[in-house]
Amino acid sequence: MDRALTLHLAIIAALALAFFILPAYHAGNLARIMVLAIYAMGYNLAFGYTGLLSLGHALFFGAGMYGLSLSMQHLGTPTLPALAIALACAAVVAGVVGALALRTKGVAFMIVTLMFAQAGYLVALYFSEWTRGEEGFVLPQTMRQIAGIDLTTAMGRYFAALVLFAITLLIIGHIVRAPFGRTLIAIRENEARATMLGYDVQRLKWIALVISGTISGLAGATYALLFGYAGASFAAVPYSILPLLYVLLGGAGTTLGPLIGAAFMIYLFDLSADITDAYMLIAGVVLVLLTMFLPQGILGTLRARRFKWLP
Amino acid sequence: MAALILETRGLTKTYAGVTANQDVDFALPQGQIRALIGPNGAGKSTFVGMLCGRIPATRGTVLFDGKDISHLPAHKRIALGIAYTFQITSVFAGLSVRENIALAARRAGGDDARVDEVLARVALSDRAEQTAGDLSYGHQRILEIGMGLAQTPRLFILDEPTQGLAESEVAEFKALITGLRDTTILLIEHNMSVVMETAQFITVLNHGEILAEGTPDDIRANSHVQAAYLGTEDA
Amino acid sequence: MDFGPHLMLAMLEGAVTAAILALTAMGLSVVFGVMRVVNVAHGEFYMLGAVIAWFVATTLGTHPAVGFVAALVIAPLVVGALAAAADKLILQHIDYDPERTIVATIGLLYIIQQGTLMTFGPDASPVEPPFNHRIALPWFEWGEDGFAFYYPWGLSITSYKLFVIVAAALILVALYLFMTRTKAGLIMRATQQDSQMAQAFGIPVSKVYALVFGLGAALAAIGAVLVVPIQQAHYLMGHDPLLLSFIVVIIGGLGSLPGTVIAALLIGMSDGVISVFFSPTLAKIMATLAVAMVLVFRPQGLLGKKAH
Repeated sequence: MDRALTLHLAIIAALALAFFILPAYHAGNLARIMVLAIYAMGYNLAFGYTGLLSLGHALFFGAGMYGLSLSMQHLGTPTLPALAIALACAAVVAGVVGALALRTKGVAFMIVTLMFAQAGYLVALYFSEWTRGEEGFVLPQTMRQIAGIDLTTAMGRYFAALVLFAITLLIIGHIVRAPFGRTLIAIRENEARATMLGYDVQRLKWIALVISGTISGLAGATYALLFGYAGASFAAVPYSILPLLYVLLGGAGTTLGPLIGAAFMIYLFDLSADITDAYMLIAGVVLVLLTMFLPQGILGTLRARRFKWLP
Repeated sequence: MAALILETRGLTKTYAGVTANQDVDFALPQGQIRALIGPNGAGKSTFVGMLCGRIPATRGTVLFDGKDISHLPAHKRIALGIAYTFQITSVFAGLSVRENIALAARRAGGDDARVDEVLARVALSDRAEQTAGDLSYGHQRILEIGMGLAQTPRLFILDEPTQGLAESEVAEFKALITGLRDTTILLIEHNMSVVMETAQFITVLNHGEILAEGTPDDIRANSHVQAAYLGTEDA
Repeated sequence: MDFGPHLMLAMLEGAVTAAILALTAMGLSVVFGVMRVVNVAHGEFYMLGAVIAWFVATTLGTHPAVGFVAALVIAPLVVGALAAAADKLILQHIDYDPERTIVATIGLLYIIQQGTLMTFGPDASPVEPPFNHRIALPWFEWGEDGFAFYYPWGLSITSYKLFVIVAAALILVALYLFMTRTKAGLIMRATQQDSQMAQAFGIPVSKVYALVFGLGAALAAIGAVLVVPIQQAHYLMGHDPLLLSFIVVIIGGLGSLPGTVIAALLIGMSDGVISVFFSPTLAKIMATLAVAMVLVFRPQGLLGKKAH
């Protein structure tokens, strides 16, 4: 077994142990961190590995969140089918947005994805009869279970988050070292060259964005399921910026950067909550400092300086 | 005479009214090493860009193996067996030398053995694990050529491959090119010693049009070619 | 009220929106035109302009006109200086890389917005207009006695709103003269053409960039000072102007100044008209999708020329 896979399995094992060691408050935090790390891992596949700087991933997060919660709330769909609906919603939305937005590059791509996400957020507000707009709605507690496991308990929630996190991490870890993922990295490094090696760059970018969007949708659905709430603010602009922040901080194009970035930022937000309600101020400061002084993030810098094998 | 691997008819490119290539009719027989020369701004890079699909033609036809490929996107033309190296060094700077070659080989169905073979052929085996961006300029150019070889192309288009190479590296390049079998080569080149020693046939472009074609000896003796070079190159 | 008078009122209100929008979007456009970067924090400079206007007006506490004039001078200067400082400190440091600039200005957006929330607070605060007369608007009809004017009930606009339209037009003309007739404007346009060449000719490009970034933000601040007697100052008020400025600049063709003015008129007027007849949310959905589609299918803008 190679070092990268060993590292991933060790992290998963450590997270499983952490539930029994950490005080309840931190275990609860960690469950949330793992769900948001899934989101950031999805984002990282597009941004970190393929070089697609999207400012609209909240659209996919929101598609997953509403795909699950609306079908559970209004159609009474059980958890697993609702999860499937959520993934399908996110994949379709990512597929359509990708087909359009990938006709552009760079700054235009950033603005187009931002605009699509903004339109999605406004659509959630427009149909507030069902979505209850910004205020949102609470999922019925009795419905939040998978195969008899109650997801409203601390333990059920933690291990559901861990299982989905682990699956995502292993899938991403596999993708980025398989030929497909290496080609995505090649596209990020030099798109023109990849085309002239005969790769259908447009199609590969589209596939990467659809996978990325679907994983982000999984995170959105999981968030609604585990924390029992869905609201339009999860589809708003700040929720597109947060995964960018987590990934930039942890290290774009590293498999564990999203987890580290999410953990770091969420604890930073948590600490700042004692001082101020304006937690996005911290996000702003960290974003500016990162772009200025640590563009490769924590793991990216470590990989460049010391551990070249880091996945 | 061998069958034509590549042919263009009336190939034309205009940029906002300025003509870069005007009705170029060009024919390249299979297996030939052809040099494409001409003064700066003669439209050489635009011409080969239109061959491999990097630059959309304003009008005209490109035939590869007798089939019209004018409407195929670049990656599909490459898949037919064309390789192209860029005028400005263009490698995957953040990836290792081996991965650069592997990315090229994989698309053409090559395995790890093929990657090792190409690495050995361009003498980069001992640098295989280095990051491509850390290589010297000369080695990066050689890596580019290696990537082209790894694609196992039937037609290999090289845009000024020896630019900026040291004497010894140029000599190695000449040996590499003349040693290729079953590959047709189209070479844009400014270094006349490379052209005269490697090319079997030469096409001269000037002001976007074909000025002359012939063997190296014909071209050397052609007064139009001399005039074109003396008229613009020194200006 | 009938359709006709309604439409006229909507168009007048639209002209006010268009006037403010033209100023704000022009700021974004000048920055993009010269520096080739997109400033996502632009809406926050607008918001700062409004908040500073409120602060100046309440601090002075004399006649509203005095506070207003003072704000019209102070707010753009302060905001412009802040923006220039941000340019020197942050954007210069990242070498104006287009993508990193967007990420950094997103950070700046949250710093300014949340910083204002912490100091200014979450409430909206009004600023009194310097003058505010209600002007009834006439309408006409073909009655039994032929053509006749009358004043429909509720059909009116204020003198201040008319002033906003005139003031914005004057400032835009002044900007045009500045860019085309003065040495500073010439230097900016030379830098826009080719920054390396400008550098070679001894133009201090980094100073020009800081000035342009400051000028862009100051234009947004002027727009905000003009708007704040109509619409209260609030820490989240920068969001819509940013979106609308994007729309204007993108539809007008990135960096094209005449295109920006025409697009601002188009969008401002239609925004006023549309929001009278449609739900504002639906109007915004259509507007955002329209921007996305323009960028996807006509990246040079609706009014811009095709590059090749």
